[in-house]
Order: sequence, then structure tokens, then C-alpha cells
Amino acid sequence: MTILSVQNLDVLFNTDDGIITAVDDVSFDMKEGEVLGLVGESGSGKSVTAKSLMQLNPANTIYGERSNILLKNGDRELDVLALKKARDMVVVRGGSISMIFQEPMASFAPAITIGNQMVEQLMIHTKMTKRQAVELSVEMLERVGINEPKKRFYQYSFELSGGMRQRAMIAMALSTKPKILIADEPTTALDVTIQAQVLELMKDLVKEFGMAILFITHDLGVIAQVADRVSVMYLGRIVESGPVRRVLHAPAHPYTKGLLNALPKLDALDEPLTPVPGDIPSPLERPNGCVFHTRCPKAIVDLCNTSVPGSSNVGQKHIASCFAIENVCETV
Amino acid sequence: MKEKPLVRIENLSVDFPLGRKLFGKPPMLKAVNGVSMDIMPGQFYGLVGESGSGKTTLGRAILKAVPISAGKILFDDGKVSYDLSKISQTNLKNYRKLAQLIFQDPYAALSPRMTVRDIIAEPLEVMGITKSREETDERVREIASKCRLNLEHLRRFPHAFSGGQRQRISIARTLVCNPNFVVADESVAALDVSIQADILNLLKSLQRQLGLTFMFISHDLSVVAHICDHVSVMYLGTLVESAPTKKLFSNPLHPYTKALLSSIPSLDPDDNKKAQKLEGEIPSPANPPSGCKFHTRCIFSEDRCQREVPEWREFSHNHTVACHLAEKISSAS
Repeated sequence: MTILSVQNLDVLFNTDDGIITAVDDVSFDMKEGEVLGLVGESGSGKSVTAKSLMQLNPANTIYGERSNILLKNGDRELDVLALKKARDMVVVRGGSISMIFQEPMASFAPAITIGNQMVEQLMIHTKMTKRQAVELSVEMLERVGINEPKKRFYQYSFELSGGMRQRAMIAMALSTKPKILIADEPTTALDVTIQAQVLELMKDLVKEFGMAILFITHDLGVIAQVADRVSVMYLGRIVESGPVRRVLHAPAHPYTKGLLNALPKLDALDEPLTPVPGDIPSPLERPNGCVFHTRCPKAIVDLCNTSVPGSSNVGQKHIASCFAIENVCETV
Repeated sequence: MKEKPLVRIENLSVDFPLGRKLFGKPPMLKAVNGVSMDIMPGQFYGLVGESGSGKTTLGRAILKAVPISAGKILFDDGKVSYDLSKISQTNLKNYRKLAQLIFQDPYAALSPRMTVRDIIAEPLEVMGITKSREETDERVREIASKCRLNLEHLRRFPHAFSGGQRQRISIARTLVCNPNFVVADESVAALDVSIQADILNLLKSLQRQLGLTFMFISHDLSVVAHICDHVSVMYLGTLVESAPTKKLFSNPLHPYTKALLSSIPSLDPDDNKKAQKLEGEIPSPANPPSGCKFHTRCIFSEDRCQREVPEWREFSHNHTVACHLAEKISSAS
């Protein structure tokens, strides 16, 4: 069942240097119990997209006229972008949607105990008594694999290690039983061995709670391990999306292909690394036409630099936006 | 005939005091504890480990940027040889021209108030290597073109550049004084994948062109596997395993190396290497476990591991490991 539908999302920022397009015509759906991966390099607009779901972008943000974010809230459908008051946003922020951030140290308040922060949000979003909230919080801490949850409940965030903090963050995000969890680079700041533990935990929790996860990362390996579907973003546009196996095994867009070739692989040590040529253009100098044409090896002169490619179907639920798709598929 | 190592480290320890005491010595944190290694000329030497394993401290000790508490670091490039634990100030100045560092974060490493030309020229001026401005300019232009920066770039300020370009500026600054040994500390960690490959290829080609020796510090095993000839794995201040790259990755002996390798998320969604995942986290270096430091997280751990510190021994040719049970583990797998 679709619980969230993003339609033609445009996000612009009004800055001193002019108006910057951060997200350009992005559409996707999220279903119950499904992990949607959002990959892209820095500046591709993946975090801005995620923050738009809760209107967490800064005050200079302009959302496009045609943009809709429809959230299933009970029987009603709620347009998130139409909510103007912070009071109305409570249903969405922390209610239906929870978020885990990249840097767990920065996302906990340093002067309030972990326990008090967990209880506070439960008191706001649920009808629990304080006692029930405390019980549930300790139970959640235990559920995410934290030893001595009672002791940790009364500690401050600086007393916990990085991996433990991220576990506590997950416990806190899930305790309100959100329908959607946004995980913005949740394992990037962690060591590989801890990352493996946290990914394992998140996979188990999806099975148990059945919520939808929007998993944002720049690491294609992480995507391969957790996501069911994946969307690849470049300069604010989704250039390719589809089931994770299809996208990683048979990428259709030159950018996805380039990313995969640039990645050092352990089972092919002698293969040379092929970087994607050139640099990511500055957001102030957004290319016309297909945003990737300045770095694309397959770019067609007079076509890619003038018109925006529509999305074409390249297989089961596998979509890519590129004029040169046939060309790319032949060489896979 | 065996080649002489460019950098030889013998039993190196670096300790940091934990706070201050009025009487007596404060407790010490052993950031690096009894490490020995040889870095051969022309080698791309990799050093991997989790955060808190002491890899950065080791890299800094080799550059004499942190005080050495015990042990020796010998630098010998055929022309000069220094013992870094008792090097004089004059020799240290000379050593700085020979050994240099590339930083992790290209956004923090470049002064926003200097033009790229001034940034790259600064080491030459500080060390008094060049005599005139013309000579400086020539050196700057030469190294800039090797790092694929053009003349137009030299006039601009760092804010006008992307992450990959900034890292190339940073590399040019490092190499402008013609060092022969470079420590690259997490030099690609802050970069995007598509740019990372480009910088790795650049480092490799510069190494060949200029005959450099690299020590490449990273937490990313797949990057190290691609670029390094020889890899050492560090855990809580000690080396646990060291071998030529292919040997280490095809036949890891230490349980920690094995666990690190299986923790890397695979690109194949159907590949599920659950078996070797590590429990728990790296213990605090201020209060390390007894015996083998890895025994608290090791699935093979025996009584002996809690009591005896494993010896740093050569298991097979060029493949050194510190584990009591290396034979047993290697025959079992």
C-alpha cells in the first residue's frame, strides 16, 4: 500500500547569489515495509528531498507550485506542503515520519539525558503516561541491542560511543511507531564493523515494524545490502530508478554506470578505476538540457545539451531518463 | 641482495598523558604501542584500521609531528640518514623537505584568503628552497600542470573550486618541495566516489613519475586494496597483520582482518556474509584489554589470548601476524 507519494517536487533556494535549483521534478512513491534507497553525490539534492517531506528546509526555501507531497494519515490524505503552521506539522514531524541523522552526536541535545529526550517526544506524540513512556523507552533501547538499557537511559549522549548513539537514535525514532523512517546517511560516520551491525539491525526492524524507510546514502554497497528499490539522483533530478538488483546489475543511465565503474571493488583488484570525467558543476551554473551532459561520455551533440530527456521504461519497473539509453544498454 | 628500507620503524611507541597530576606521573594513553615496520623505496604502503586504532598518530610520528616516546624511526634515502628519535633541529628542517603530508579535508586545508598560486608557493618560501620569484613561479607552474591545474586556476581563490580540484591543489602544495616520502592521511575520505577514483589515479601516476614513496592511511579497505602494494592492519595501537596486498586480501590470517573484510557491504544484494560479523565495539585505548587486545571481540578467543600478548611473527614469507591461533585459523578455513 502506498503511504507516501511525492509528485513533481521542485525545491529552490533564494540565496544572495540568485535562485538555486536544488530539486527538480522529483516524483516517487513509498510503500509499507519497503526500503527505498536514494543515492547520489554531495550536492545532488538527496537530503533536501528528504527534508522536504517534513518541511525541514531553511526559511529561504521555495517549493514549486505544482509540487505535491501526499501522506496517508489514517483514512485521509494529507498534503504536507500545504501545512503552514508548526502546530499542524506535529502530525508529520515525529508523528507519521521520523528521521535519523548522519551525525548522532549533533542530533542529541548534550545537556538532557537520552532518556528524557526519548520520553519527551513520546509525551508529545502519543497519549502515554510518563510511566508508560519510560517503560517503552527502556524496552526500545534494549530492542536495538544496547546493553544495560536502564543505565543508558539516565546517561548523556557524550557518555555513549558512536555506534551506541546511533542505536539510541534509531530506538528514539522508532518508539513513536512512525509510518515512515527517513535515514539520512545513518552509517556514514561509523566504522565498517559498526556499520555492518547497524545495517543488520535496521533490516530486522523493518521486518518487525513494517514501516517504510527512505534510506539516503552515497555508498552503493550499503544500498545493495539494505534497499529494495533505488533511485539515483544527480543535480536535483532522479536519473534512474528501479529494483535494486536491476539497477546495480544492469544500470541504464550513463551516470549510474559511471558511479559503479569508479567504485573500487575487492574482487577485481587489477581492474583500473575509471573516474566519471570532469567535476560536478556548481549549483549556480546548472547545465541546460540533461543535467549530466557536461560529464557524459555518451552525450549526443545538439540534443542532450538542449532538451531534457523524459523517463523511459527499460525493464520491469526500471526507469531511466536518458536519450542514449539503447546505446548504454548495448555496452552493459 | 636485499634493498634497504626508506623508513624503518623499530618498536615505536607514542604515549599521551591523560590529564595532569601534582605528584608522580599521570596515567598514559598508549596511542601507538610497539610497532615495527619497513617501508621500501617506491612502495605504496597502506595502513588500515578503525577510528581510535592509532593509524593517524603513527603517520604523524613518522613525520615527527608528535613526540616519540620509545623506539626508533630511521629514515635513509641513500643520501642522508636520520634517526628521528634524536634528530637535531637543523636536520629536522632538512627532513621536512623530504617528508610531507597530504591532509584529509580539502575544504579545511586551504586558506580562503590566499590565491592558489600563493598556497602552492608557500612551502618553497618558508623553507627557502627557491632564490627568486621567477624560480618559485616556475616550480609552481611545473607542479600545477603535473596535478592537472592550469594557469588560469592559479590566479583564483580556493572557494571557486570543487572538492576534487581542491584536493589536487593540496597535493600540488605537498609535492612542490620535491619530497620523496609522502604520508597521505585519509586523503580521499572526504571526496565523492566519482572524484575519488580520479584522485587515486593521480596519486598513482605521480608516484611513478616522481619516484615517490607513499604511506596511505585509510579506513576504507577497498580503496587500500586498489592502490597499495603492501598493507598493514592496526588495532588499538598495535599492528595485527602485515602482508603484500594480494596476499592479505586472498589469505587473511588474523581474525580482525577477516572480520574487517567481511564487514564491507557488498555490491551484490544477494551476497550475505553474515558469518564473520564482529560483535561489540573497539575498546577505549585508555583502558585496553589484557593479553591480545582483540580477544574481547574475537570469536576464536581462548584462555591464552586473555593472558599472553601474541608475538609479532613472520607466518610465511613477507606475511607477518600477531595471533596465537594463526595456524589453527588458517588450516580451518
